[in-house]
Amino acid sequence: MKTDLILKVLEANGRASLEDIAAATGYTAQEVAARLDAYQKEGIINGYRAIIDYDKANVNRVQALIDVSVKPKKNHGFDEIAEMIAHLEEVDTVLLMSGGYDLSVVMSGKSFQDIALFVAKRLSPMDDVVSTATHFVLKTYKKDGHLFGGELKDERGLTTL
Amino acid sequence: MMNYDNLLNRQAAEIKPSGIRRFFSMAAEMPECISLGVGEPDFKTPWAIREAGILSLEKGKTWYTANAGLAELRTEICSYLKRRFELDYCAQTECLVTVGGSEGIDVALRSLVNEGDEVIIPEPCFVCYTPLVELCHGTPVPVELKAENGFRLTAQQLKDAITPKTKLVILPFPSNPTGGVMRKEHLEALAEVLRGTDILVLTDEIYAELTYGDTRHVSIAALPGMKERTIYINGFSKAYAMTGWRLGYVCAPAALIAVMTKIHQFGIMSSPTTSQYAAITALKDCDDEIEEMRTEYDLRRRYLVSNLNRLGLTCFEPEGAFYVFPSIKKTGLTSEDFCMQLLHAQHVAVVPGTAFGSSGEGYVRISYSYSLEHLMEAIKRIEAFINTLNLE
Repeated sequence: MKTDLILKVLEANGRASLEDIAAATGYTAQEVAARLDAYQKEGIINGYRAIIDYDKANVNRVQALIDVSVKPKKNHGFDEIAEMIAHLEEVDTVLLMSGGYDLSVVMSGKSFQDIALFVAKRLSPMDDVVSTATHFVLKTYKKDGHLFGGELKDERGLTTL
Repeated sequence: MMNYDNLLNRQAAEIKPSGIRRFFSMAAEMPECISLGVGEPDFKTPWAIREAGILSLEKGKTWYTANAGLAELRTEICSYLKRRFELDYCAQTECLVTVGGSEGIDVALRSLVNEGDEVIIPEPCFVCYTPLVELCHGTPVPVELKAENGFRLTAQQLKDAITPKTKLVILPFPSNPTGGVMRKEHLEALAEVLRGTDILVLTDEIYAELTYGDTRHVSIAALPGMKERTIYINGFSKAYAMTGWRLGYVCAPAALIAVMTKIHQFGIMSSPTTSQYAAITALKDCDDEIEEMRTEYDLRRRYLVSNLNRLGLTCFEPEGAFYVFPSIKKTGLTSEDFCMQLLHAQHVAVVPGTAFGSSGEGYVRISYSYSLEHLMEAIKRIEAFINTLNLE
């Protein structure tokens, strides 16, 4: 597929205005608005959010990656259990993986205990969950393309001819 | 006490230093300044190319290469030129690998220009041609390009500039600083003037991969009867984001390449070996990377043109390179005053059009080798600046 220019602009900057997107892509602002509506209806665009460094914001927040092995069902494969886990509101991300385990679950809570309790009380007891391995995030260096230690400086000269 | 003024080479001493150095150093001292002044890609060299350079070092390929460049690289250059631009050059006799396109221009001029020879230079243009011609004791003949012609050199302008002393015409398209390009029909009109004369063309096509729209760049060397009178310059800096690797090439008739290779051999020896190995991978495997970068540049180009026109800084549609060249005439300011005031009021650095020849007066060069986000912030600031000027 040809690169969708509207998505390309938004992927880099979710706050780009309709006018900015229109200027960069050559569509009119109305056309961009219509396309964005359609993308949202079709589930191509699923939301916009800030990329926050919670450490710097002094917010207590613990994140964990949980490797989950499950029992696939005869007619539903992994979908049924994956969707059940995805519907738990504590869970941020659910991915079906190749390799040593089946589902990778990303979640966050206020404390290590929050997450440990969630795994023990809600995730592990689910019928088709065979085993879990919880990995806590100690420090985030880069997220969604943004360096949390500060973006790289432009090392090019200020002006060259 | 030594008096160096008496010792210097007179021609070198007489070269005018760039008049806008003061402006550049002022911008450099402003920490909150955001720049639109850079003439090189913001992208990093694609990883595959860097890896090829690293691999050559790991294998210990750290010697000089053949004077004209690695045979494999020259073969790849010629097959690339055939594939992308329908140019036919012989890798053994018609191709010289140089330290950037810049060295290619230098050795080409030094192998051709005699004292008193006239060299036609369309302006505004990149800054190296005039001083390099002067170093050869040649006479630069500037031709003023017009916005209403899309900053193209017209056949009439060319005819008017030709005298019995004309040796060479410089053709720097796609253009830094205007973003202007010469399409096939425009080149054909120039070729018509030149065929049957002894006048040579030095075509600097360093931005050949960066043209926008549906038509690909065409080289004047590909037109009938033109290869024999054309010196073709290109390089890796802009297309592959390889400015720091310092690698370019010249292709020309064998008799000229032989002389250029002689100058290159005595002045340089051979171009950087690591860069040459990396460049082989660039030519072989990186067409897709060029395309990706071009798509990104194109977004930025449209964004800038649309917004500058909205602000009344009218620009013709630039079709190549990564610059727009808006007119600032409606502000009533000179190029240099506009840039100075914009720098002080809003801390945005753009380059005065006059840096590229006196015909750049009334224009500024804005580079879009910056992220869209950076450009959005810059446009906000430029808009605030324009609003303070209280134009009707």
